[in-house]
Amino acid sequence: MAKKNFGITVDRKICKSCGICVAFCPVSVFTTDHDDKAVVTYPEKCTGCRQCELLCPDYCIDVEEIAHG
Amino acid sequence: MANAKLLQGNEACVFGALAAGVRFFAGYPITPSTEIANIFARELPKLGGKFMQMEDEIASMGAVIGASCTGVKAITATSGPGFSLKQENIGFAAEAEIPCVIIDVMRYGPSTGLPTKSSQGDFMQARWGTHGDHAIIVIAPYTAREAYRETGRAVNMSERYRIPVIILMDEILGHLRERVEFKEEDVVTVVDRKGPAPGVPYLPFEDTDDLIPPFAGFGDGYRYHITGLIHDKTGFPTNDPETINQVMRRMNGKLDRYRDEIVKVKYVDVDDADILIIAFGSVARAAEEVVRSMKKAGKRVGLLRPVTLWPFPDKEIRKAASGKKAVIVPEMNLGQMVREVERAVAGEAPIYPLNKIDGELITPHEISDLIKEIL
Amino acid sequence: MDATHKKYLRMNKLPHIWCPGCGDGTIMGSFIRAIDRLGYDKDDVAAVSGIGCSGRITGYLDFNTLHTTHGRALAFATGVKMAKPRLKVFVFMGDGDATAIGGNHLIHSCRRNIDITAIIFNNNIYGMTGGQYSPTTPRDKYATTAPYGTTDPHFDIAKLCIGAGASYVARGTSYHAKMLTDLIVAGAEHKGFSVIEIITHCPVNFGRRNELETPVDMLLWQKDHAVRMAKAEKMTADELADRFIIGELHKADIPEYVEEYDRLIERVQRGDTGRG
Repeated sequence: MAKKNFGITVDRKICKSCGICVAFCPVSVFTTDHDDKAVVTYPEKCTGCRQCELLCPDYCIDVEEIAHG
Repeated sequence: MANAKLLQGNEACVFGALAAGVRFFAGYPITPSTEIANIFARELPKLGGKFMQMEDEIASMGAVIGASCTGVKAITATSGPGFSLKQENIGFAAEAEIPCVIIDVMRYGPSTGLPTKSSQGDFMQARWGTHGDHAIIVIAPYTAREAYRETGRAVNMSERYRIPVIILMDEILGHLRERVEFKEEDVVTVVDRKGPAPGVPYLPFEDTDDLIPPFAGFGDGYRYHITGLIHDKTGFPTNDPETINQVMRRMNGKLDRYRDEIVKVKYVDVDDADILIIAFGSVARAAEEVVRSMKKAGKRVGLLRPVTLWPFPDKEIRKAASGKKAVIVPEMNLGQMVREVERAVAGEAPIYPLNKIDGELITPHEISDLIKEIL
Repeated sequence: MDATHKKYLRMNKLPHIWCPGCGDGTIMGSFIRAIDRLGYDKDDVAAVSGIGCSGRITGYLDFNTLHTTHGRALAFATGVKMAKPRLKVFVFMGDGDATAIGGNHLIHSCRRNIDITAIIFNNNIYGMTGGQYSPTTPRDKYATTAPYGTTDPHFDIAKLCIGAGASYVARGTSYHAKMLTDLIVAGAEHKGFSVIEIITHCPVNFGRRNELETPVDMLLWQKDHAVRMAKAEKMTADELADRFIIGELHKADIPEYVEEYDRLIERVQRGDTGRG
């Protein structure tokens, strides 16, 4: 089965720089910028577990499966 | 209701409330108001209504407000210490404009005081017991018959104006059992709170022309927010000075706008009286006897009896008192209503307080002795 | 923000007031996913809250919402449920709200077994007033009113509620977000009084004073100290000593209050006073 791909977006306006998504992403998709806000740096690693979406206290992360073809 | 009945004051309150459509009671046992809870417990299930004995006075007031939020007419009853405990949530009802009625059967205090003895010590607490500027209406019946009718009127006013209404009874009136003959004027008509207008967006605290925002019950398809925080017309908290000012003035302004509908005063032989007695509740019964006996003795004594205590009937009192030889204010406390009377009369007549705080009713003799002294 | 957020939250009220990394936002997310799974009509849901950080949740939820006085949310909610039983009533409280000032309402709601789901945000501190210790702050922790450490013993909320007669008691955390949704769904579907105690985190007013410097440190603490029921059963008391159990802790099938009262009405209306 082909690996699924996910598109991840962070709403920078809402992000409060708490660092939770960065710390708890099991495959380290996120890094932080100069304001400590989350940045999607390695989206190709995403397994779609949605831990970031579930834990983000401000609902600023969206994970969407990218359709093939 | 049958034409003639033997009714206790507390009992009459219950039947007046039921006639006005009350279908929810929550309370906590306390002397001397307990019969009210007992009778609601017996009567409400018969009508499909709900009675709840809550874990404390505070919870009772909370449950009453919660029930009212769904559109059900709700009431509670208590006495001195319990009334003090309820005050924070009464403030919530005032701020959130949730219709509800609180019966306070006064006993002597402070603290546990004299639980089985009468008092009129909650005259000020009824108006100013909760903190902040708030609209509240206070009614004081003086017979079982009037307790029935005025409790009905209290429910209706609360529903109409979205203002909490206090019924101020006292131990004597609550426990007195007397023959009541109901007449046509005693029939309680049912007034329902105004609902949202169809086809327009619902603003739960809208600044309407009549100052009374329409009320939607929880579950009626209008999802909105109720809070004790100062809120704007949408119901959400605000810190904007202009909005706070506007909203709080509208809420408190309801009392001014509807003052003449709310205020009810009864007069006995006032116009040609030399001496005017101003009394409410059970004390007014003694005062009525004084008016009768003095009349027989050829002395002109009148009684002004405020049925509505708050808003205080100041202009009625000023008009009736002006030029009298004396205004006597007997009350079962150390002088609460008399301060309001002094403010209303503003020097137009000499004022004589008569205060009794031993738990016993002020007797007609005590009032007539004072009158003789003055004359 | 996904479709669930957009469906159940008052979008014009966001972003919320809670601090960076606060558990309250995560819990609200778990809650709306539970409502979505339960399939309730928004008009039929009443959300009632007390005072404190957790109390602000009702401002964001697009239901019939009632933000009451401190500690009294359950009392108001009891009136709502009794007066209109078809409403699904959820009550949100903090630890001080539910077990200090509102402790009496909590134990009596448990005893009555009224069909309300109580969701208690236990972050071991009074957050909104600036970090005073609460009845659930553990011994020897620091707070603005415990500058030398707490000397008060603390409540175990779940045990308190089981003892008081609640018919469904569960404990979750703000870290185990998926599990929390499962517990809220189960609590809501349970007929009777359900309590979901949520071990959550106040990074600003508890963590920073108690050697858990960041929200991440606090969530890691939850992850390391929470033990699922099945695993806990195989552990010794010593092994469980500084840990806490999560999952469904108690479930009982006992008569529900509103239904019992409705039966009483039905009985009284046909002239049966119950005295034979």
